[in-house]
Amino acid sequence: MIVSVASGKGGTGKTTVAASLATIWDRPLVAVDLDVEEPNLHLFLHPEIEGGETGHMEVPVVDELRCTFCCACSDLCQFKAIAVMGKLVLTFPEMCHGCGGCIAVCPEKALSPGKRELGEMSWGRAGAADFLMGRLRIGEAMSPPFMRMVKSKLAEMIAASARDAIVDAPPGVSCPAVTAVMDSDVIVLVTEPTPFGFYDFQLAWEAFVPLGKPMGAVINRAGLGNDDIYRFCGDKGLPVLVEIPFDRAIAEAYSRGRVIAEISQQLKETFVSLQGKIRELAERCDAGEAVHA
Amino acid sequence: MREIVIISGKGGTGKTSLTGAFAHLATNKVVCDLDVDAPDLHLLLRPSREREEELHSGYEAQIDGEKCNQCGLCASLCRFGAIREGKQGFAVDPRRCEGCKVCVAFCPAEAILFPRKYCGHWYVSSTRFGPLVHAQLFPGAESSGRLVMVLKQQARELAKARGGNLVLCDGAPGIGCPVISSLSGAHLAVAVTEPTPSGRHDLERVADLCNHFQVDFAVIINKHDLNPDEAAHIEAFCRDRSYPVLARLPHDPVITGAMIQGLVVTELPETDFSRKLKDAWARIEKLARLDL
Repeated sequence: MIVSVASGKGGTGKTTVAASLATIWDRPLVAVDLDVEEPNLHLFLHPEIEGGETGHMEVPVVDELRCTFCCACSDLCQFKAIAVMGKLVLTFPEMCHGCGGCIAVCPEKALSPGKRELGEMSWGRAGAADFLMGRLRIGEAMSPPFMRMVKSKLAEMIAASARDAIVDAPPGVSCPAVTAVMDSDVIVLVTEPTPFGFYDFQLAWEAFVPLGKPMGAVINRAGLGNDDIYRFCGDKGLPVLVEIPFDRAIAEAYSRGRVIAEISQQLKETFVSLQGKIRELAERCDAGEAVHA
Repeated sequence: MREIVIISGKGGTGKTSLTGAFAHLATNKVVCDLDVDAPDLHLLLRPSREREEELHSGYEAQIDGEKCNQCGLCASLCRFGAIREGKQGFAVDPRRCEGCKVCVAFCPAEAILFPRKYCGHWYVSSTRFGPLVHAQLFPGAESSGRLVMVLKQQARELAKARGGNLVLCDGAPGIGCPVISSLSGAHLAVAVTEPTPSGRHDLERVADLCNHFQVDFAVIINKHDLNPDEAAHIEAFCRDRSYPVLARLPHDPVITGAMIQGLVVTELPETDFSRKLKDAWARIEKLARLDL
C-alpha cells in the first residue's frame, strides 16, 4: 500500500504527519520524500544513507559535421530548447523537457543523447523503516521528471521486497503534486482550519478527486481558525481521519526537529489511530465500495 | 520600475499574510499573486474582478479514435508514459501528457490532434490597496513558468500605464519552475522563514537559488520566538552571506485573526507584530531603491 501525504497549502504539516506515521507504522515500510524541491523528511527521521544516484534527463547533443540545418528539430521542439540560425545550431539544455523528439526526427542522425543533471536521489534506513528521498538540483526548473525517477526507484524497492510506503508529497495542486500522488493507494490531505488552509484544501480536493483514490483529511492546528473545513468534509463525504490540536508545545517540538508522535502518549495514539483509519480506507476501496461518488 | 518578490522555500511560513500587509503599506504599486497553483492573496485583498482572460499553456495530444490504426508507435515514442492502450484502443492521459508533439509528428495515420491547453483564468482586479493581477488554474492543471510570466507581464504593463514604480509579487513555495520564473526580472527577493529545521533548510536552498540567478536577497524570520537556537542558526547563516534580516516577528495568531476577517495585519490596531512589519517595509523600500 502506498500512502501519499499531500496538501494544497504548504506548511500545514505534511512532513509532521509523514514522519509521525513512519515512526509508528507497524508493518515493513519505506518512507519517501517526494517534495524534491524542498525535501524535509530527513530532518526529522535522520536516516543513515546507504546509497545514492544522480538523476539525469536526456538532452540533445549536436554533431555539427552531420547537421544540414534543415530545422526539423527546431520545428518540432515545443520548448524552445533547440534553435537553428543560419549555419548554427544552438541547444538550450535548461529548456529541454527530454521528449527525445529532436533526436528521433533528425534525418541526418546529427543529434545524440546527452544529459542534464536533475538532482540527487539517496536511500538508506531510518529506524525500522527504509528511507528514500530526492533532492532537486538548485536552478533546475523541472521537478516532475525527477520525481518520476524517485518513483521508479520506489517501485524497484517494493518489487524487491513487499512493503508499504508513506510518501511526503510536495505542496500545491498542480503537476508536481499530482505526479506525486497519482500512483498511490490512499491520499491523506493535511490541512489547517484557516481561510488559506480551507481554500487550498478545496482546490486539492478538486484536483485529486478525478484520480479516483480513497482520500481522507487530517486537520492540523485544530481549534485555530473556523469550522468551514468541517462543513466541507461533511458535505463531500470526505472522512476527517484525525485532528491534531493547535498547541504551542507541538510547534516548539517540531521546531526542535522532534517527531510529534514521540512527544506524548496522546499524540502517539492519534497516529496509531490514523494508521488504522488509513488501512480501513484502503480496504473499503479494495472491497469495491465507491469512494466520493 | 522595481520588482519585489516575497518567497519562502517552505510553505506556510507567512509569505502571503506578509505580502498582504506590504500591499497595504506600499504606495503606487501593482500587486501580483504568482502562486498560481494555490493562490491565497485574494482572500485578504478581496478583489473585484475588472478583467478576466483565459489562460492557455502549451498544447496537449488527443487521439482521434476513428483515424487511429492502433499501430502503437505513439505509445512507444512517448517518454512520459502518457499514451496507454485501453479497451477502446490507444488514449492519451492528459495528466501525463507533456505537450511535446512527438506522437503527433510521427503518427503514420495523422490521427493525433494537438489543441491548446486551456488551464484557467487570469484577472485584473481592483482592491482597497490598488490593482491586483492574479490567476486561478483549474485544479490539477499544469502550473508552469509560462503562466507566471503572463501575470508578471500584465502587472508590469499595468504599473507602467498607471505611472507606478513597483510590482509587488507573492511567490510560490519551492525552488522549481514557478519560483524560477517569478525571480526573472526581480530586483529583490524577500524570503519569509521560521526557526524550524525545515524553515532553515528550505531558506538555504531558496537563498542558493537567488544567488544562482543573481537576485538580491533579504530575510524575515517569522515565529522568531518559537525556537531561539534555530533562530540563532538562521541569523548566523544570514550574517555569513551578508543577507539583511529585515524583521524578527513573534509567533502570533494575530495573522490568523486578520485572515478570518479578510484583513491584513497592519489594518488591525497596532501591535508589536505590525510595528515590526512596518519597520521591515521601510527597509525593503530602501533596499529595493524605490526612490529611483
